[in-house]
Amino acid sequence: MKIIKKASAGTLESSDVLVTVQPADILKLELESPVLAQYGEQIEETVRTVLADLGVKTGLIMLQDQGALDCTIRARLETAVRRGAEQEV
Amino acid sequence: MRRSLLFLPGNSPVMLQNGAVMPADALIMDLEDAVAPDQKDAARLLVTSALRSLDYSQKIIVRINAVDSGHWQQDLSTLVPCGPDAVMTTKSSVEAVKQTAELLTELEQANQIKPGTIGIIALIETALGVEQAYEIATASERVSALFLGAEDLAADLQCERTKQGAEIFYSRSRLVLAARAAGIDAIDTPFTDVQDDEGIITDAELARSLGFSGKAAISPRHLSAINRIFSPQPEAIRSALAVMAALEQGKREGKGAVALDGKMIDAPIAARAAQVLAAAEKLGLLPE
Repeated sequence: MKIIKKASAGTLESSDVLVTVQPADILKLELESPVLAQYGEQIEETVRTVLADLGVKTGLIMLQDQGALDCTIRARLETAVRRGAEQEV
Repeated sequence: MRRSLLFLPGNSPVMLQNGAVMPADALIMDLEDAVAPDQKDAARLLVTSALRSLDYSQKIIVRINAVDSGHWQQDLSTLVPCGPDAVMTTKSSVEAVKQTAELLTELEQANQIKPGTIGIIALIETALGVEQAYEIATASERVSALFLGAEDLAADLQCERTKQGAEIFYSRSRLVLAARAAGIDAIDTPFTDVQDDEGIITDAELARSLGFSGKAAISPRHLSAINRIFSPQPEAIRSALAVMAALEQGKREGKGAVALDGKMIDAPIAARAAQVLAAAEKLGLLPE
């Protein structure tokens, strides 16, 4: 899946995460989270796994985490990528 | 048993995760009214991800969008692989139930799920739906309950929705009749004043007295009252046990007719006692 336009999913409400994606020549992740020190690596691993599953090789992926569970991060990231690739479910 | 059914907005992570610890018999994950049109895709994926990751002990029902909405097919194709216990059809009609059942069969087969596994709960929220309640209840073997949606129904009836509920009295009774005639559950509409702790009790007791098997809630605050009211009461359990004991004794003594406390135990009394005890057993309420 190729990100062809800027898109976002999620919110800045508690337990959610706002994910924004946009086209780029390389794959770059930017993560903000109140639990970055404790769970930053785990969140990044989740993000990379989802991106790999969706076949995303390039793009700027920004996450503003508000304490979201892993399942929420997965869902919001997939939604944002699909919107950015114009392949919504 | 489905005494209490709690609505959860399908695009709310905090509600979906908190739902896992709510004392409801069933959770209704709502993809319809609770989700804005431009967030349907997000809600589908969020509910899907929650169902795959969180450990829900409750029965899972997914409320899908109406068959004329342009969303319902995608709702089903995204959610069926997660194996919800049932889907709730919105503004149900005979045709909507049949279309939903047909697509469920296709999707179950495509996902290696035994056909017929996923049930349908038909949300009745139009005057025509009430008129056709029995036909809807029997439109597919998947239909396991009729569910009264009073807010939309009141609008369709062009009357004011009140706490007393006189405007839906006939519809409630009609729905119970149709559901019971079809051999399925009848589920009552939510009581929408979240702050009214007395009102929920009155409303749930009325629904129970009319024959409903359970009631929906839009707030966790109403769950304990609903669970209590739709459970067999201690006195009813004691009475049912006494009826069954008297019947057993009469059988042992070869009596054709059995009386308890001076009253004849006829077939309806025995049947009601059996229903009470079956419900009590499911809920673990029978004495040791």
